[in-house]
Parts: sequence; structure tokens; C-alpha cells
Amino acid sequence: MSEHVVSRKTYFLIFGALMVGTALTVAVAFVDLGIFNDVVMLTIAVAKALLVILFFMHVRYSGRLTALAVASGFLFLLILMGIVVADYLARGPLPGVG
Amino acid sequence: MSTTSHAAPANYLTGGGWDLKSWLLTRDHKRIGILYILSITVFFFIGALFALLVRLELLTPAGDMVQPDSYNRFFTMHGIVMIFFFLIPSIPATLGNFLVPIMIGAKDLAFPRINLASWYLYNIAGVITLWAILAGGVDTGWTFYTPFSTSYSESYVALVLVGIFINGFSSIFTGLNFIVTIHRMRAPGLTWFRLPLFIWSHYATSLIIVLGTPVVAITLLLVVVERVFRLGIFDPALGGDPVLYQHLFWFYSHPAVYIMILPAMGVISELVAAFSRKRIFGYHFVAFASIAIAVLGFLVWGHHMFVAGQSVYAGMVFSVLSMLVAIPSAIKVFNWTATLYGGSISRETPMLYALGFLGLFTIGGLTGVMIATMGIDVHLHDTYFIVAHFHYIMVGGAIMGYLGGLHYWWPKITGRMYPAFWSRVSAILVFVGFNLTFFPQFILGYLGMPRRYWAYPPEFQVLNVLSTAGATILGIGYLLPFTYLFWSLKYGQRVGDNPWGATGLEWQTSSPPPTENFLTPPVVTTEPYDYRDLHVPPESRSPLSREEEEYA
Amino acid sequence: MPDAAHAHGHAHGHPALQHQFDTLEQQKESSTFGMWVFLVTEIMFFGGLFTIYMIYRMASYEGFAEASHELDIVLGSINTAVLIGSSLTMAMAVWAAQTGRARTTANFLVATIVLGSVFLGIKVVEYAEKFHHDHVPGWGFAWEGPHADAAELFYSLYFAMTGLHAVHMIIGIGVLAALIRPALRGRYDASYYNPVEITGLYWHFVDIVWIFLFPLLYLIGRHVT
Repeated sequence: MSEHVVSRKTYFLIFGALMVGTALTVAVAFVDLGIFNDVVMLTIAVAKALLVILFFMHVRYSGRLTALAVASGFLFLLILMGIVVADYLARGPLPGVG
Repeated sequence: MSTTSHAAPANYLTGGGWDLKSWLLTRDHKRIGILYILSITVFFFIGALFALLVRLELLTPAGDMVQPDSYNRFFTMHGIVMIFFFLIPSIPATLGNFLVPIMIGAKDLAFPRINLASWYLYNIAGVITLWAILAGGVDTGWTFYTPFSTSYSESYVALVLVGIFINGFSSIFTGLNFIVTIHRMRAPGLTWFRLPLFIWSHYATSLIIVLGTPVVAITLLLVVVERVFRLGIFDPALGGDPVLYQHLFWFYSHPAVYIMILPAMGVISELVAAFSRKRIFGYHFVAFASIAIAVLGFLVWGHHMFVAGQSVYAGMVFSVLSMLVAIPSAIKVFNWTATLYGGSISRETPMLYALGFLGLFTIGGLTGVMIATMGIDVHLHDTYFIVAHFHYIMVGGAIMGYLGGLHYWWPKITGRMYPAFWSRVSAILVFVGFNLTFFPQFILGYLGMPRRYWAYPPEFQVLNVLSTAGATILGIGYLLPFTYLFWSLKYGQRVGDNPWGATGLEWQTSSPPPTENFLTPPVVTTEPYDYRDLHVPPESRSPLSREEEEYA
Repeated sequence: MPDAAHAHGHAHGHPALQHQFDTLEQQKESSTFGMWVFLVTEIMFFGGLFTIYMIYRMASYEGFAEASHELDIVLGSINTAVLIGSSLTMAMAVWAAQTGRARTTANFLVATIVLGSVFLGIKVVEYAEKFHHDHVPGWGFAWEGPHADAAELFYSLYFAMTGLHAVHMIIGIGVLAALIRPALRGRYDASYYNPVEITGLYWHFVDIVWIFLFPLLYLIGRHVT
């Protein structure tokens, strides 16, 4: 881990971005975008999470190992969710099979 | 170093106190390893007791010893105790705790207090589980499938699950400690590819622990919450999905079997190298195979659910992936075998266990590929074929790895050697008893005998009787080390630094080691398993080993 | 990899240096990495719940939306802002510790605790309202809309997920409180501020969980009236 001291200005900027993101999420929730409501909502949430991880949690200023650890955690979560969802979507009657 | 001098320098046993407080509040990874040996031995015998009860009932086709509900509790408690309280912690918490810092040239693990906390959590969990057992136990199977576990079982499900949940934290703490230690505390010159394969295995194991355990933790916690607070997450009456429970449960519980076998594989690498006096063939392949097993192991859990109601497409994908995961294991077996070739092989007790492992793990692994084939599994699922398969891996593999490792490093841990004759007898009894217990079960399963049944058709009796007879022999094989190892603590021959004449940092310090592991912190300049250039000073080897050399 | 110079025997170093480490740098790197490994377990722990949520939301979207509309979006939004604010004060506490400002560190720790407590207070208000309306599964759950079963599933998940999140916040507040006294005593400076840093990591993680919880629980189908 570096001894880098993140500036207070950076923290305030990130805070501002997070608040804007929150307001945006709430606002967009009331606009009918059909299927894209979910996409926009998740995209904003992921962006906010990334800002927190990179700047508040200092991953931007840390070594490769830290980034690897974070990425692995999310990767395996994606594996869990992805395969379970894929199974769920693939269920349903098959022709000729019960 | 002198083997009989009474003026020997203080080691971790003699220095640092001998009173209860110095043990119960220790932060020394070596003492914690010993504390764990004691704890898991207790639970091993509890689990074995339940196995004995199961095998006694199965001596006769009729259900005539106990009620079926009691039988359900026997096999459930056998599974829970053996898996969560013996196999999962076994090698990592005992041999791993003792050896990981020493093998990398460190003074202790990264977080000694968390290590001690891990042991306390294990015991708290154990007490809670014992309380549940004494109160009447659980009858759901160790898999706790819903909705039986959430809505219908009238046994102590919530209590046992709380115990398992706490045990999960114990496991996570161990894995976390190993990962940080191996990354950050290696001695100067100890690059990743100079590490003993025991370390690679424990690193891969720790990755699985950290990524998988939390998922089963939350899943089991939700079962508790559903039973206690009636929050209906898995309740089918509300639209809850029992198959979803199984996905979440097996997401951990399949990788869990790799938690159980990878450390044993690490032990085998060390034993095969030491008792062939030869470097491990294909070191890099074995190292990468450990990581491959850990990663691929997370992608195959649906092979436990072929007939559970998951989609056929998921079944097909899981089937193919399950065959792929056999490949790194096979790579290891080939490399160990190639190591033996041209080696100077000695038949010390640890090597007997290692050789047994090679054969039995291969049988277990091959039968695993058989049942990974979805079409075959439709017939064999929930039969004794499955039971035999996983016992070949977990007993023929993992437990023999544990016993082999215990016998190999016992002189390092205690400074004493055990009697070679009795240890060899035990190894042979374990091997014979094991095969007699479980090979008939392959046949029984193939013929259609279901598992978790307390009665069976009369034509299966002969094979069941053979199996129970084998279990008795196996039990004697387990009891013997329990006696002569304890005997050796007081009467066993004292040993020098390197009684086996092996490579590795642990053999370059005294037996037992000093509290801070090394008198001077080591610097590593050689490749691992460098037997060609190994010079072991005669005084490091015990007289016993020199005698053994005359036999070979 | 440890590349710093190695002390031999008993190093007479910083009072906070633990015996198993050779340098304070190695200790700091290890402790930070250790917290990250723990957070990976937390990702998987909460991740199990999010997975369950996803499946049931896919299965019963309308029921979930109907149930979600009974959550107070104003309170939820305020709570989100409060928690993000607490992440700011937490980051400031780490900055203050890193630059050796004893009193400022303590102040920002207290601010984080206060904001965290406000969050929990609002959650208590929300929970009480749910009890009042019989929207608590297993506690006399009664639902007036057409999707009663899906609503009960939704609220089971709501209480499980926000409840687990709240437990994590309570633990976090406890840890923060334990840091105040050492901070006031000037224990933390550029050479040693890791306890504050790793507490910060934990706190930010709990914030990230809420960043996902809020839209997933409160904002389902709000565009359909």
C-alpha cells in the first residue's frame, strides 16, 4: 500500500458525484424506460460502487494484489449469480421430456 | 544437535510456560496447531461412533436395531461431524497451522490472535453441536435440504446450523490467515516457485475457503431464520424454490470437497519427494494444478443436482465441467507417479500412507468421472455408489493424507519418534479395513441399494456384512495411532533436526522448533526438493532412520 | 513480497510493531490485505442474498413491484444520502489519522458514528411502520394487494437483507467507537494509522452494500403507476 495521502478535495468531489448519482437513480426510476430502467439503475449503482472502491477505499493508489482480490470477489459472485440465473431461465418444459 | 542432551535450548514446548494459561492464551501457531489436533481428534471419534451405529444397523436387512427416525439422525450426525468438524479443518488447522510459517521462514502467521480465535470459535461451535446431539440430534441429512429442514423436521436444526455457522467463521479465519501470510511473509529469496507444494496446496485451499464458505453461511443462516422467525425465503407455499436452496448450498459444498482434498495432496507431494529422495516431477504443473482445482471446483456444483429439478441444459454444462475438473487432479497423480520412477524409495510409514493415497484417490477420482456422466448418475444418484465414491476420496484420500502427514511431521512437532512396527501395522490395517468397508459399497450402489435407508432387500446382506467387518478393522487401524503416538510423547526416541533426511525449511531447525521457529531467520537460495545437492549432517538424523536405511 | 530490510532477533521498533513482522510497512500491508480478504468473504456473504433476490424478482416481478411501492422512498433516499455522507466523514477520518491530526480524527470518527446512528434510527422508524401495517412475515403478515405470496417473499428478503446490513452497521459503529480514545491520545500518524484505514475499508464496504440495496428494494417498477 502506498503512503499516498488522498486530498480532501478528491474526497469531496467523489462525495458530490455519489450524491448526484443517487439523485439520478431516484429520478430515472420514475421515468418509463421499459427494460432499460433496470440497466440504468444497475449501471449507476456499479459506477457509484466503483468510485467508492477506487477513491474512498484507495484501490486507485494500491498495488495489483488489492485490485486482484477485489476483482476476484466480484468475479466469483458473478459466477454464482450467473449460473443460478441461467439455470432458472433454462428451466421449463422441453418437447418430449417431462 | 545432540539427541539426548538435557541442556537442549528452549523450544516452543519447553519455553513459554506449560500451565493452562500459556496454552489457552497462546498466540504461537505451533501450540494452536496442537490444540487443534486435540479438538479434531475428539470430534473424529464422535463422528466415527455414529458411523459405527450406522454400520451396526446395516448388518441385517431389516430395520431392527433402531427406529428409522433414529437412523436418520445417525447418518446426519456422522456427516455433519465428519465434514465440518473433522475433514474441513483437519490438515489446514493442524499441520497447516504448524508448518506454513516454518516452511516459508516466518516467525508466525500474519494474525496470531485471529488464529487463536479460530480455535475458540471451532470449540464453541463444537459445544453447540454436541448439545444438539445430546438433545436428540438432527435428521435432515448433512445437506439440510428444504423444505424438510425449514418446515417439517422436528429436530434441532436451528441449533446445529448455528454451530455450523460459527464453525464456518473458524474456517474463514484460518484461510484468511494463510492467504495473507503466504503473500506477505515469505523469507528473502523464497519466490513463489521455490515454495514447497504443501504451501501451494494450502494457498489454493484458502482461496476456496474464503470465496465459498460465506455462501453456505448465509444460506444456512436463512434456514435458521426461516425456522425461528418464519421468514419464508425457501417456503414453497409462497413460491420459494427448494432448488435455489440446493444451488446455494452446493456452491460451497462442492468446493468444500476440494478444501478437504487439496491439503492432503499437498502432504502427498512432500511425502513422495522425501521418500523417493527425488524432486517432484513437474513441480510447476502440480502447483498450477492446485490453483486450477480451486477455480474449476467452483464451476461444477450442479452435478449434485442432476435429478433435483435444475434445467437439463445446466446439467449438461455441469457434466462437462465436472469432467474437466478431474484433469488437474490426474495431472498430479501422474506427476507423483513419475516422481517415484527412478527414485530411492523407502517404505517408512508416511510413505505407506502416500502410496495408499495414490491408489485409493485414483479409484475415487475415476468413479467421480463416472458419476459426472449425467446419464449414469440418473441411476447411481442417492445409491451406495455415491457413498463409496466420496469415501474413497475423503477417507482413502484425505484421511490417509492426514495420517501420513501426522506421521511424517510428528518428530518435528514433538521431537520424538513413534515405534515403526506399530505404525506400519496401523497403516496396513487402515488400508485393508478401508477397502473392505467401501469397495462392497460400489457394488451395492451399482446393484441399486439406496443410501440413507435403514432397511434393504435381503440379497444385499452379504456385501453389507463385509462392509461392517471392514469398518471394524478400519476402526482398530485408527485406534492404534491414538495409542502409540501418545506413548511416543513420553517414551519415543528423541530425534535430531532432520530425522528423514528431507529438504524443506522445517527440517533445518530443531525438533521441536524454537518458539520463533528459527534461531536465525533463513534466506532461501535453492530450488525446492533439491535432493541431489542435499547434505544432511549425520547428527541431524536420528539413529532410527539410519537403521531404516540398512533395510532399504 | 517483503523487500524491506529484515531485523534480527528482537527488533526495537515502533511500539505498535507486532513480533511476527519485520517492519511496520510489512505489518501495514498485511493488515490491509487481511481486511480486503475479509471483505471478499463479505461480498460472497451478501452476494448469496442478492442471488436469491434476483431469482425471486425474476419470478414475481409484479408482486415485487407491488410490495416495493409500500416502502417509503423519501426515507430510503435520505438514508442513502446519510450513509454516503458517513463514508465521506470516514474518509476524512482516515486522512486526519494519516496526517497526525488527533482531535480532527476523533471528530470525524464521531461524525461517522452520528451519521451511522441516524441511518439506523431511520431504519427503526421504517421497521416500526412495517410492523404497524402487518407487513412483517412470520409476524401476522397480511397483504391487501393481489400478489400476497410474492409480497411476503419480498418482505422476507427486505428484512433479511436490511437486517443483515444493519447488524454490520452496528458492529461498525462499535469498532469506530473503540478507535476514538486512541485517536485522542495521538496514537495515529503517518507511520501508523492502519486501524483507522481498515475500519474505513469495512465502513465503505457496508456503504456499497446499501448503494445496491436501495434501488433494488425501494425503486422497483416506480415508473408504472
